[in-house]
Amino acid sequence: MTDRPSWAPPGIDITVPSVSRVYDYFLGGSHNFEVDREAARVALKAIPAIPKVGQANRAAMRRAVRHAVGRGIDQFLDIGSGIPTFGNVHEVVHTLNPAANVVYVDNDPVAVAHSKAVLDGNEHATIAAADLRDPRSVLDHPETQRMLDLDRPVALLLVAVLHFLRDTDNAYAVVGELRDALAPGSVLVITHATPQAGLLSDDQRRVQDVYQRTSTPLIMRTVPEVERFFTGFELLDPGVVPLNHWRPDTPPSDDDDPALLTGLAGVGLKA
Amino acid sequence: MTAQPAAPRCRAAGGTARAVGRTGGGPALSTSRDNLARFAAIWSRAIYPVTATSMTSAEFEQHLLPLARLLRDTLHAERFDPRAAIRVGEGLVAAHCTDPESLPSILGVIDAYLVLYCGPGLDLPAEECRVRCSRLQHAVAVGFSHALRERTLYEQESISRAALNAKTEAESALAASEARFRAVFETAAVGIGIADLEGNVLEVNESLTRMLGSESYIRHRRAGDWTHPDNGPEGDSLNRELARGERDHYHIEKAYPRADGSVLWADVQVSLLRDAAGRPQYQLGLLEDITERRRLLERLRHQATHDALTALPNRALFFERLDRALSTTDEHGADRADRRIGVCYLDLDGFKAVNDSLGHAVGDRLLVAVAERLRRCVTSPDQLVARIGGDEFVAVYADPPSLAAVTELAGRILKALSTPVLLDDRQLPVHGSIGVVHGPVGTRGAADVLRSADITMYRAKELGGNRYEVADPDADARAITRHGLTNQLPSALRHGEFFVEYQPLIGLEDGVVLGAEALVRWCHPVHGVLGPDQFIPLAESTGQIVPLGRWVLEQAAQQARDWQDRRFTGPAPRINVNLSPVQLTHPDLVAEVAAVLDETGLPPSALCLEVTESALIGANEDALKPLRRIADLGVAIALDDFGTGYSNLSSLRWLPVSVLKLDRSFTRGMRQHPADPVEMKIVEGIVSLAHTLNLTVTVEGVETRTQAEHLRALGCDTAQGWYYGKAGPADQLHALTLADAV
Repeated sequence: MTDRPSWAPPGIDITVPSVSRVYDYFLGGSHNFEVDREAARVALKAIPAIPKVGQANRAAMRRAVRHAVGRGIDQFLDIGSGIPTFGNVHEVVHTLNPAANVVYVDNDPVAVAHSKAVLDGNEHATIAAADLRDPRSVLDHPETQRMLDLDRPVALLLVAVLHFLRDTDNAYAVVGELRDALAPGSVLVITHATPQAGLLSDDQRRVQDVYQRTSTPLIMRTVPEVERFFTGFELLDPGVVPLNHWRPDTPPSDDDDPALLTGLAGVGLKA
Repeated sequence: MTAQPAAPRCRAAGGTARAVGRTGGGPALSTSRDNLARFAAIWSRAIYPVTATSMTSAEFEQHLLPLARLLRDTLHAERFDPRAAIRVGEGLVAAHCTDPESLPSILGVIDAYLVLYCGPGLDLPAEECRVRCSRLQHAVAVGFSHALRERTLYEQESISRAALNAKTEAESALAASEARFRAVFETAAVGIGIADLEGNVLEVNESLTRMLGSESYIRHRRAGDWTHPDNGPEGDSLNRELARGERDHYHIEKAYPRADGSVLWADVQVSLLRDAAGRPQYQLGLLEDITERRRLLERLRHQATHDALTALPNRALFFERLDRALSTTDEHGADRADRRIGVCYLDLDGFKAVNDSLGHAVGDRLLVAVAERLRRCVTSPDQLVARIGGDEFVAVYADPPSLAAVTELAGRILKALSTPVLLDDRQLPVHGSIGVVHGPVGTRGAADVLRSADITMYRAKELGGNRYEVADPDADARAITRHGLTNQLPSALRHGEFFVEYQPLIGLEDGVVLGAEALVRWCHPVHGVLGPDQFIPLAESTGQIVPLGRWVLEQAAQQARDWQDRRFTGPAPRINVNLSPVQLTHPDLVAEVAAVLDETGLPPSALCLEVTESALIGANEDALKPLRRIADLGVAIALDDFGTGYSNLSSLRWLPVSVLKLDRSFTRGMRQHPADPVEMKIVEGIVSLAHTLNLTVTVEGVETRTQAEHLRALGCDTAQGWYYGKAGPADQLHALTLADAV
């Protein structure tokens, strides 16, 4: 009777705020419940610019995805995809290469159910219910197996998700295990929350407190700590930098909200 | 993943814009286009910061261009229909301007810049243009609000549906998993039961029902009501700890009464099931039926701990019980150093004779009968009778109230054996000797206690048997030496602890050394040199005399051969070697004697085997046969200790004997002058008789010259004794012989 799979979906409890629905609210979506909005409002009160960070995060992700497509990569594994709001990976990818395959992964059953509905009928995109903390649950998932050929390069997207892994979740080992499953030529895209140099803290801590109330607390990591995730990858220029500094379409300006500095982005290439 | 309704609307807006753009071509087009782009740029700059779009600001500006064009064309339309601008509001929502805060920026730019960059034309008065612009803003606001409401409702519905789907999926997964577990539960070979903390049974599976009898039988009792006399109290206390949440698991073997009254033995694992907050909620029991396994184990254990012949407990069980009785703590660990122990060690008197004369089958039946009687002597559970050897039985009495209680048990045993056993109409008398040990526990081990009882039993035997003796330390000490020697004999022989000394035999006529008697000694590592009296009886009782006797014979024969080789003249020196009655009955005796003669090359006439008179008394012709055959080889046979037994003179006629050895008791009276006349007459008679029968006469124990002279005068042939020389190493005799030869 103890032979449960190492990862099983958590129960559906919509009385607890969910990371992905809170994020959706930050992005102006309505794929959320009052409990999520309540949590989001508290966070917004502390750092009103959070939606901007979210926006910048998605923009950075789009640029990184375009870069991967430019490298000829036609397989995408997006872990922690959340509620599909708009401008998602498969939309960006399919604009450039309609035949590329995208596998989304999330451990939130509501997010998974929603993604299923949205992706229904899409031959080149799918959703797998699995948990990043158990990489095998991701790699061995039938949808992953069906859609991705791990012997060929894959773009692994860990966008705004690693900061929900605690050290006790063996975050580095998790990324290492995923890395070992990737073929040479694969890229790893990471965006991650970071302590804002100088100012911050009190406000950021208040945001952290909000996430403490979700089932997934927020862990901020420094640039060297985020760089460590790229062990085994060649870190591409310009390295691990603030979101809007990663290969921007228009140069970042001094007018940009300093809150954007609370997000880091980086892309690595597996040799 | 654009929300479903948003994308098509966005495309619709773009499509409309292009259509309008085509109809709006004209000479002012390039200027108009620049102005439109300028308007879109201003518009984008105002709105972009308040959108959530993931587009870049350049992309966003491009996205706004068709919407700006739609505004311009609507503004300039011949038939002004402001409702066309509703699509502008919708298009902005589709581009993720979903924050109501963006509406003032959207409308503010239209209000301030639309007319400036896109109006008024030749056919449109300025006043009319301003009115139209206001109405366009109303329409944009309507479109924005409408689209935002639609979008919000749609997204709310889709997330609710997703939550519902997820819930349904989780529930069906749970139902499927529950169905699987239910199947496991129902079809498991182990019995499974779930009870609340009070032990009220809530669920039982098929196997458990089958094991115990019926479901209603199970449900009518609580888990704690399943009691059986074979169960200790530990199960209940474990269960109380579990119910209190102090332990999460326990594992015991337990007996359960079945519905039909029989017993189920089960290997039971009980686990505590807690609720989400960690509070004890249920107990889960897994029962494996081990009744058969246990029965088999019990049978095996019974076989391992009982004697197959008599079904009495065997040596193993006896020691187990003795160890337990000797323990200074009881089974619960409490100190019981005040306990005492009683042991009765019984050996049947003369059982060997029964076995030898009536055969083993009868012997076995006798043992069975004795065992049956002994069984009845046990009067309480703290007494146990075991068979620990051929005809050896032991009763162990745990913590007897007194020595009297133990001797009473010994008395009961003797009384039980007092009537003969009737086997096939034959009355077989049985008697036994019992060694009784009684004392406090904690001072000695089981082996020690048993040895003491064994020794004491021998004492009872030596005192005539059919009695019990109580162990006492002094008697033990003496007997322990004896006992120890017996045990050490075999290894002593292996380790070469024996040696042979030689006592000269002198011809009385001329005082010449004729030979020697070989006498075995034991150089004991602890007790020093021991004489034959101290160990030969022990060797005879254990049969060790056979290998020992053979070894002495070999040594002596080899020695005699050495002497013969050194003395070039005269007859070969004779060697006398003692033969035990036990050796006489050994089937290989003749062959061994022949082999020794063969191997050493000693002439048979140089060997004389001494046999005690008592060994030959009552011997029939069969028993004498080996002796006769040895005599036939040419070996002399001496009748040792003549005169100490019944001295059946008539038997001398037909015994294969050539030498009489007169016991020293006949010649004590001749040590001084004048000699005892009666003694002289008797010896004279014996010598005369012997010579008549062609026997030579040797006298033992000659200690004085007077004695020697008397004996010579009486016609004795040879003599030995201190007067001539004590027993000593072979070299001593060699020297004597040489001296004699000179």
